[in-house]
Amino acid sequence: MTATTRPSDPTKQSLWKPVILPDNPGLHMIDVYLQNGGYSALKKALGMKPEDVTEEVKKSGLRGRGGACFPTGLKWSFMPKQSAKPKYLCVNGDESEPGTFKDRQIFEFNPHLLIEGTLIACYAMGITSAYIYIRGEYGKWIKMVEQALSDAYAKGYVGQNILGTGFSTNVYVHKGAGAYICGEESSLMNSIEGERGYPRVKPPFPAQNGLWGCPTTINNVETISNVPVILDKGWEWYSKIGIAKHPGPILVGVSGHVNNPGVFEMPTGEPLLDIIHKWAGGVPGGKRIKAVIPGGSSTMILRGENLEGVNMDADSLKAAGSSVGTAGVMVMDEETDLIRVITRITKFYYHESCGQCTPCREGTGWMFKILKRFEKHDATKADIDLLLDVANNIEGNTICALGDAAAWPVQSMVKRFREEFEARTRA
Amino acid sequence: MLSQDNIQRINDLRQRYPTSQALMLPALWIAQEQHGFLSEETMKEVAALLAVPYGHVLGVVTFYTMLHAKPVGKHHIEVCTNISCLLRGSDKVLAHLEKRLGIKAGETTSDGKWTLSETECMGSCGTAPMFAVGEEYHENLTIEKVDRIIDSLT
Repeated sequence: MTATTRPSDPTKQSLWKPVILPDNPGLHMIDVYLQNGGYSALKKALGMKPEDVTEEVKKSGLRGRGGACFPTGLKWSFMPKQSAKPKYLCVNGDESEPGTFKDRQIFEFNPHLLIEGTLIACYAMGITSAYIYIRGEYGKWIKMVEQALSDAYAKGYVGQNILGTGFSTNVYVHKGAGAYICGEESSLMNSIEGERGYPRVKPPFPAQNGLWGCPTTINNVETISNVPVILDKGWEWYSKIGIAKHPGPILVGVSGHVNNPGVFEMPTGEPLLDIIHKWAGGVPGGKRIKAVIPGGSSTMILRGENLEGVNMDADSLKAAGSSVGTAGVMVMDEETDLIRVITRITKFYYHESCGQCTPCREGTGWMFKILKRFEKHDATKADIDLLLDVANNIEGNTICALGDAAAWPVQSMVKRFREEFEARTRA
Repeated sequence: MLSQDNIQRINDLRQRYPTSQALMLPALWIAQEQHGFLSEETMKEVAALLAVPYGHVLGVVTFYTMLHAKPVGKHHIEVCTNISCLLRGSDKVLAHLEKRLGIKAGETTSDGKWTLSETECMGSCGTAPMFAVGEEYHENLTIEKVDRIIDSLT
């Protein structure tokens, strides 16, 4: 396996030379990383004022890659400059959104980029402890990151008095134990604290009251890995990559019915149809695309015939009635049983609901039960409206976004593929 | 009983966190590594070590799918059946394993050799279908490949 999959159409190779996952199989080793300019962005940052580092990230236009697309520099600026309490950074590597498999590539092929970005973020926000939270299933990849981290400690890039600058910070890997909800930022903090992974009510927001009640920032693994690139090449260079309102390289994972599945690094704004046909090799057997889920299972499903003009960036996907999410594109060909797909997605949210909020805990189960009737051709026409009613009563009525994430796929499936439901009702 | 080495490993991690309760997942992982699962006795030991109530430890253990309050088989096969794997035939992989091992998903063979589980997305969407045996991921599965892997596990 390589860091990124090669695009099936060679003309796409000239579009972008990867910087997050460069084509260099030895990059996970610290000596190779250093030979390729590694940790020079950290050196550069340590020579700047911390607030100027945040400003650089702000001006670059980087937006979070974990699903919400929140401007990263702005998030950093919410952290208090002076704080009597310690401040913390959590790097979110829980990567559990179905259809998402990009952070795993960073852990394996470029872990030092992640560590370097973590250190720069800590310096910018005056943080002295960072936790990289990685899902428990990634045991093998956790060991890879721990190895890279211990190499970085040994060379003086992490720990006390980094590179003799007087700046000190520790970085630890924290292993999850199997819970999708721990990818939600407040749940992730509870998980680190040794609690069940229950999301917290916001406000207070993490920048004021996060880990152990202290100011905390949570960033996705891919987001943090963009930071050294911004420092290295400058915000102006970065801000011109892809779409101005959502710039930068993005890791797009393509799975399902394609000939060449994998993780591709590309500028934002690449046409979705190009991603499917020219990067991921098109649909096996030249079959028609029936549906696409563009950004992980929580994002709204799109009809195959409505993909023209839809691009891989926040605004374009929003206009198309979906969202970029984690950029996990799942492609379904004309023979796909979409009722089976939505039943399986709903089973997932039913299983992963933490159980705190009644609408989500009960509603996901009810939706699953109703969908099972459609799966068995044993539903009534009224069940379609009942299903929507349950989904509508979950959306917006829960502490965290898992409720919305469970409702959106169902709502969009009924809205865009109502005929599939109608065909499965009793006569 | 946790081994002295493992108690030491847990204590060595204390400097990473400002509270001992934060050692919960690291300590439970170490305990599960030693015993294969987390018995009431082990959970009570972890509770004492971290100075938290036993009920709190039990609450955590039952929350996370990778922490086992009951023994699991020598080889724990976890088949992803979420969307990307479903689209590429995970149902056939699971059905084949159920037939071959003579158990349903969620069960353990009577000799304790195999546990078969259906799991949520494990992040192998581009190399689907897949299953994991412990930490080892087996990807781009075919029925022939599944058989070869099962044959190789003793």
